[in-house]
Amino acid sequence: MNKSGVVLGLLALVAIVVAVVSFEPAEKKEKVVVADKTKVGFVYVGPVADAGWTYEHDRGRLAVEKEHGAKVETVFVESVSEGPDAERVIAQMAADGADMIFTTSFGYMNPTIKVAKQFPNVKFEHATGYKRADNVATYSSRFYEGRHVLGLIAGKMTKSNTIGYIASFPIPEVVRGINAAYLAAKSVNPEVQFKVIWVSTWFDPGKEADAAKALIDQGADILMQHTDSAAPMKIAEERGIYAFGQASDQAAYGPNAQLTAIIDDWAPYYVRRVGEAMNGSWSSTDTWGGFDTGMVALAPYGKAVPDDVKAMAEEAHKAITEGRLHAFTGPVNKQDGSPWLKAGETADDGTLLGMDFYVEGIEGSLP
Amino acid sequence: MIMIEARAVIRWYHEWIAVFIALLLTAVTVSVLLSSLGLDPISSLQRIFIRPLNSVYGVSELLAKATPLITIGVALALGFRAGIWNIGAEGQLVMGGLCGGAVALAFWNIDGFWVMPLILLGGTLGGLAWGAIPAFLKVRFNANEILVSLMLTYVAILLLSVMVHGPLRDPTGFNFPESRLFHDDATLPKLFPAGRGHLGFVFALIFAVLGTWVVKRWHLGFEMRVTGLSTTAAKFAGYNRDRTVWMALLIGGGMSGFAGVVEVTGNIGQLVPNISPSYGFTAIIVAFLARLHPLAVIPAGLLVALSYLAGEAAQLSLGIPAASTQVFQGLLLFFLLGASLLVNYRIRFWRVA
Repeated sequence: MNKSGVVLGLLALVAIVVAVVSFEPAEKKEKVVVADKTKVGFVYVGPVADAGWTYEHDRGRLAVEKEHGAKVETVFVESVSEGPDAERVIAQMAADGADMIFTTSFGYMNPTIKVAKQFPNVKFEHATGYKRADNVATYSSRFYEGRHVLGLIAGKMTKSNTIGYIASFPIPEVVRGINAAYLAAKSVNPEVQFKVIWVSTWFDPGKEADAAKALIDQGADILMQHTDSAAPMKIAEERGIYAFGQASDQAAYGPNAQLTAIIDDWAPYYVRRVGEAMNGSWSSTDTWGGFDTGMVALAPYGKAVPDDVKAMAEEAHKAITEGRLHAFTGPVNKQDGSPWLKAGETADDGTLLGMDFYVEGIEGSLP
Repeated sequence: MIMIEARAVIRWYHEWIAVFIALLLTAVTVSVLLSSLGLDPISSLQRIFIRPLNSVYGVSELLAKATPLITIGVALALGFRAGIWNIGAEGQLVMGGLCGGAVALAFWNIDGFWVMPLILLGGTLGGLAWGAIPAFLKVRFNANEILVSLMLTYVAILLLSVMVHGPLRDPTGFNFPESRLFHDDATLPKLFPAGRGHLGFVFALIFAVLGTWVVKRWHLGFEMRVTGLSTTAAKFAGYNRDRTVWMALLIGGGMSGFAGVVEVTGNIGQLVPNISPSYGFTAIIVAFLARLHPLAVIPAGLLVALSYLAGEAAQLSLGIPAASTQVFQGLLLFFLLGASLLVNYRIRFWRVA
């Protein structure tokens, strides 16, 4: 009989919960009062405290609050996995009265499109995807411009000629980053080699740290990463080697180790787009901003970077910003030796956005 | 001195009261936590636990979230009763989603009422096959099914990743690791006009009823229970341990696979590298919360599903961090399991002379 007791008890609970559901007059009134504020929602793939990708998106959110003050209200949900949960969270935000929703990871693409159909009056902004609709805009940054500068520094500073690269998933953005960094490193150091470990996660400090240790044990003396935690930076600091921060300035985790970091600065974009939503000029656009828009920035160079390397990096940074230099300039062959870019030719955005091949010289194959 | 001893008399309403007390204690503790954060506990509790259910949409989403938890929870309850510790339901779910999804993609441009049953069958067989591996290794080599099934979970997740990055990738998708979207005949019908509650929930309810029948009325269920309680007794009774091992893992694998394909076709609508937020592991908690009783898995699954929705609501309307979900779940489990212990046992204090 105990067992049916459990059944009864839990069923009773569900019944009570459902019964209480209808009693909620206070909430409704409250909603009307705040209706003139623009409510902006953010969906994050990692925890706000990841010190990388999500942390920077949240700084963007705070910038929106600071800039638009009392006219906006922001909400966020963190650590939303890119599976079936995403759609519910996004829809819940829209149902709760959000006027604009930023979904900040690639895996939210189809859920965002689906929810956008159900809420035609809500404006959606999806990061790093390629599907748009009348109320869904996309945005991303040309992180590969930053990777070029990182590659130059790495190529110059490595003693073992081995760069360790911790990669997440073989999507075009990540492959592009590896290729850009490799081409730059090789242009200043023909002996350089890249070792890549795929960890199949965006955020897992344990796995990232293990990958970092494995790479160092294989001779890497400089680490790059395309994952979101500061764990590899801490390992680099412990082992006395160098590393580049990812998405955010991670000097706090590796005061001696960090050479520089690619900073994803979403604040200018978020502030502008929320402003457009408020004054009615918002429309669905596709934004891919680089150094020139301020969406990609570099952290201050570390103490270990010699003056000549710093000068070279600064010059490349400037040249890319001014449009004089493209990270993918021919001659470049694909890994299998087939030609990709002719001498002097630069890559078009279409190929970059769908990049699924290594360039010549990188060892190993894409997973 | 403190002693824990079994109670001689347990009435059916004791469990009932215990559940009620546990929920009350959870509510009180969460209230204390919320007020320490400077929030009004009553209105906060309402926002967190009631508001997610305040619409057809919310209830529909709750059912969608609970569907895999209940389906797998029932299967695990049966297996755990037999003392077969299938910890790898997550991997069996992933294999089910992968195989069923592969069938759906094979017929991506062919309509027909027969497509859906074929997809469900494919998914179930995928999970079944994944459950058969630890069963075979246990029967043949006495390999520990906990380790084998757990490790196979990671193999399954990586296999899904390989397939979605490679052969099953959407040819028009810019090389991003996602499959094509399934067409309408390859997605499960919805139960409500809003939200994603789908036909899979009805299947889950049927499984729970069938599971109860297996436990109560079927000789095999009795056999499995006896084997779980005492392998020696089972041996004397002439029961075949190998058969129990096979049944427990095949039921677990098949139903987890079914849950996986239902999740993919009912909830996601395509194959992606990450199809489950650890449903297979959470279902273990659900099964134990229900005291391994298949029918009790239904409310237990709904309750755990609600705790996830509550965690999101807490972030959305109160701005408290995601870790709150885990705190709510932890408190709930602690009190429920603790209360259950006190139903079956009592604590006695006595002085040593």
